[in-house]
Amino acid sequence: MIPTKKEWMKALNDRHGTMFQEKISSTTVAVCGLGGLGSDIAIALARAGIGKLILIDFDTVDITNLHRQQYKANQIGMSKTEALQENLKEINPYLETDIYTIRLDENNAKNILSGADIICEAFDNAECKAMLTNFVLDKMQDKYIVAASGMAGLGSANAIHTRKISKRFYLCGDEVSDVNDGIGLVSSRVMLCAAHQAHTVLRIIANEFEV
Amino acid sequence: MVKINGEDLNVGGKSVAEYLNSAGYDLMRVAVELNGGIVPKAQYEDTIFKNGDSVEIVSFVGGG
Repeated sequence: MIPTKKEWMKALNDRHGTMFQEKISSTTVAVCGLGGLGSDIAIALARAGIGKLILIDFDTVDITNLHRQQYKANQIGMSKTEALQENLKEINPYLETDIYTIRLDENNAKNILSGADIICEAFDNAECKAMLTNFVLDKMQDKYIVAASGMAGLGSANAIHTRKISKRFYLCGDEVSDVNDGIGLVSSRVMLCAAHQAHTVLRIIANEFEV
Repeated sequence: MVKINGEDLNVGGKSVAEYLNSAGYDLMRVAVELNGGIVPKAQYEDTIFKNGDSVEIVSFVGGG
């Protein structure tokens, strides 16, 4: 039995307290890139009862994604936006989502991201990470950006950290482990970094701005 | 002196672009914060470090 929306909200309010939950429920978060980071961030925020998720990725689910990304074998070939939306709705049937199956760039970012309060950079490619971070900090000065750099390999879990770079810019990761060095991405370490990002989002919502 | 990523460096008078190139950064992978504000990429050539500036250079690596 799927709970009613009233039952759902009561459970969230009981867990988080009504005041904090109201803030979470009235926040829109954009997740840019729906790979290991983005799919994990989205699930954490969907469970927390986030108001709305804007989900952006141009890619489709591939068999090589399944070792770390929150998709299922029967979703291979689907667009990541639609597959993740489906999975999120199974977790939280009352989640509001906007999906964009598109490659985010400097020409379309402003339109797509304008409704977001907080933007999570969850791309794979270093140049794309830098592009989005620069764009948001330069052109969208009312937004927070929570970016990620360095989560590849089997390095210590404890090396993954969150750093506040400036007032609206948080960076999660170990800042050095490149996907092209060594064994690539391992699900547990990517999850750690995604958890840092999702947790930073919830702390910003709670007005806890220091790390 | 200019504080770059926590380290005091004698680079006052250099432009952001000059410093990034001399220090071996890939300009396509960085975000540069000068005294708490982003330096847009288009202004790397024209933005000159002054003594007392505080700079954070984030150099992204791949993976996500």
